[in-house]
Amino acid sequence: MNEQQQTLWQFMAQQSDKLLTQTLQHIGLTFISLIIAVLVGLPLGIFIARRKKFSGPVLGIAGVLQTIPSIALLGFMIPLLGIGPKPAIVALLLYALLPIIRNTFTGITGVDDSVKEAAVAMGMSKWQLLFKVELPLAMPVILAGIRTATVINVGVATLASYIAAGGLGEFIFGGISLNNTNMILAGAIPAALLAILFDFLLSLLQHLNLKKLKVAAKVLPAILVIMACFYFIPTAYGSKLTAGFTPEFMGRQDGNLGLQSKYGLKIHTIVISDAVMYKAAFEKELDVISGYSTDGRLKAYDLVVLEDDKKIFPPYYAAPIVRDDALKKFPQLESTLNLLAGKINDSVMTDLNYRTDYLHQSPERVAKDFLVAHNLFKPDRGGSAGIVRIGSKIFGEQYILAGMYSMLIKGNTDYDVATKTGLGGTKICFDAMANNQIDLYPEYTGTGLLAILQPSQQQIDAVTGNKEKTYDYVKSEFEKRYQIKWLQPIGFNNAYALMMRRKQAAQLGVKTITNLKQYLQTK
Amino acid sequence: MIKVDHLSKSFNKTKAVDDISFEVAEGENLILLGTSGCGKTTTLKMINRLIEPDRGKVFINGQNILDQQPEILRRGIGYVLQNNGLFPHYTVAENIAIVPQLLKWDKKQTEHRVSELLEKLHLDKKYLSAYPNELSGGQQQRVGLARALVTDPAVLLMDEPFGALDTVTRSKIQQEFKALDELKRKTIIMVTHDVQEAFELGDRICLMDKGKIVQNGTPAELLFKPENDFVRDFLKDQRLQLEFKAIKLKDLVATEGVFELHGESLAADVSLWHVLEGFKFSKTENLHIIDQNKKKTDLGFEDLMSAFYQYKKRHAHE
Repeated sequence: MNEQQQTLWQFMAQQSDKLLTQTLQHIGLTFISLIIAVLVGLPLGIFIARRKKFSGPVLGIAGVLQTIPSIALLGFMIPLLGIGPKPAIVALLLYALLPIIRNTFTGITGVDDSVKEAAVAMGMSKWQLLFKVELPLAMPVILAGIRTATVINVGVATLASYIAAGGLGEFIFGGISLNNTNMILAGAIPAALLAILFDFLLSLLQHLNLKKLKVAAKVLPAILVIMACFYFIPTAYGSKLTAGFTPEFMGRQDGNLGLQSKYGLKIHTIVISDAVMYKAAFEKELDVISGYSTDGRLKAYDLVVLEDDKKIFPPYYAAPIVRDDALKKFPQLESTLNLLAGKINDSVMTDLNYRTDYLHQSPERVAKDFLVAHNLFKPDRGGSAGIVRIGSKIFGEQYILAGMYSMLIKGNTDYDVATKTGLGGTKICFDAMANNQIDLYPEYTGTGLLAILQPSQQQIDAVTGNKEKTYDYVKSEFEKRYQIKWLQPIGFNNAYALMMRRKQAAQLGVKTITNLKQYLQTK
Repeated sequence: MIKVDHLSKSFNKTKAVDDISFEVAEGENLILLGTSGCGKTTTLKMINRLIEPDRGKVFINGQNILDQQPEILRRGIGYVLQNNGLFPHYTVAENIAIVPQLLKWDKKQTEHRVSELLEKLHLDKKYLSAYPNELSGGQQQRVGLARALVTDPAVLLMDEPFGALDTVTRSKIQQEFKALDELKRKTIIMVTHDVQEAFELGDRICLMDKGKIVQNGTPAELLFKPENDFVRDFLKDQRLQLEFKAIKLKDLVATEGVFELHGESLAADVSLWHVLEGFKFSKTENLHIIDQNKKKTDLGFEDLMSAFYQYKKRHAHE
């Protein structure tokens, strides 16, 4: 990322289209859910004010809903309502309910008994009592509840982008993924300003005197509805297919930016979290998603990878990397590790991942089954000629590979093995190796290039087009800078990829990203 | 006019009102008197069905109120509350016009009636668009009274109407209340725990205890012919003042003539208390009686006092 020098203002100006869209969506989401919350909460509050025995359970349930962490609540919504605005609105609505129900209840029960008695004694019916006396007198308290709900909603609506409902969260979470402060602020500052603005406006309303309140009570619903309509402005345009990309993918040159500049791909895109993306594609909520080419969910949801025919995604070929001093210390190590070279292609790795991630088999078992099937497994020799320390990052694929290397070393050499799996991210794993805490771990060429070496953009462009070039470049640079050796690649490429449902891709005749672009251009 | 027939009401097994019956004649002012918890307010509220009785009947003009729709019934009965119960979000004018609005009166008629009442209750027109919290306690209570009177209902129920006021304001409003011509035509049931107020305002007093009526009679009957020790004890404090209030001028002086004090005529049924309050106790001061022949008889303080003692003596021996 060499956009660091860009100021926040420049970023916002450059992204003003997106910023406006997201702000409108944000306001829309907030107020759609608020209106529904008022429509549900107000009658419910009135009901429990009339039937006090229900007030405990109703307020209790609304209170419990309030305590569910927002991300978890959004997660619960997906199986029920899928992705997009629907589950987001329902989740926001549930958060907004408690303050509205509670304040309606408190407001109505707080109306002076002698005023209520007078109203009844004057001959008002139950409904006249409600509309002429109880609601008007409870209005300041009810408005305070709506005000609280609005501010909560502006905050929680930032999370809506996780399930592809848009809003300012797209910038915030994209910025976090990309470590782009400007992007985070471009989302966070408008969100905070919205919260302050709505809070201020509603506080004005709340403190209006009684006479003006009558007018306000008529104008307010209209304003809410108008605000709610903002959501639909940006979604008025669309395309034949819908893509769902992670916030990180959206902002990367080797992601959506590259798709637009190199392929000229124009597709209706929504931002969504990696956790629900595959499932959403399976459920036909999305047609095209960004994913990792060896992810087990590819198999679980029957998705197919589109060929990156213009090579915008740098290759992420996996290979074991080993400290030079360890190779000297354990002479048999290199040949043993190379036993796995070229043995695992993309579909095999996808299958192995599928077995750990979806069938919940242990990584050791998956590793052993694979070695046995390929006649590579030999029983543990119980060697004691030194201990090889194997590391791995904290995800399934790395555990499987670490398991295989461990078994290969124990079966083919007299060395013993110590595994240090689950070493956070790339940085932790690599630092452990640089500081001589581990001897080897599986790494990916793209990661080595972009995350560790971080060369200039020209250099990146020069080597990413071709997998051998990338491999050669990282191999020579690692040797030069860190005295670490890249052994032969294992065979699979765990790169960014665009994916579609197998059936749909076949129907549309889409095999490559260029095919996809052509399909989208035909009318 | 109003007939209460064997009325009972229990709350959680405690009998608030226990099988009581009484009648109120047209134009009469009946006071339900008693300590708190004696059931007087519950009785009052059963008459406009703010509380539904467990047993018994209430007739107004011969009609059983339990056969009427409660809202319709209540719109025809004036009701004044202790804490005025004005709507804080309505102006004075809107507050007074609540029942006309429910009855869908024509706007002009309502306006006319509201300003007429304001005048009678000595409230300035500038308060019409004021909100209740901008008024003093006494003014609020006047508005509460105006609200009850606006449709000129034949029956008026009052629940401790002057209870929340300070003593000075209270006696002032009580005097206005007595002088108000609108109220003279009305059948009124008023609840109070204030014995002085009961004797001041009541034609008849219904003394209640533990949900039952202990004695129902005129103030003089309660004082001079108490049913039992409870009545006697209840009226023990400031008894002299009560006697002065219970005894009317006509009880002391039998005459066909017209009473006059300081050049102003007095009705024959004013209390002795009222006459004595009017006295300035200068030597030359007298109450005059002017008969048909314009003959003037003078009555001094001593004359009235001796008549009072004779009256007491007479009743004590009856």
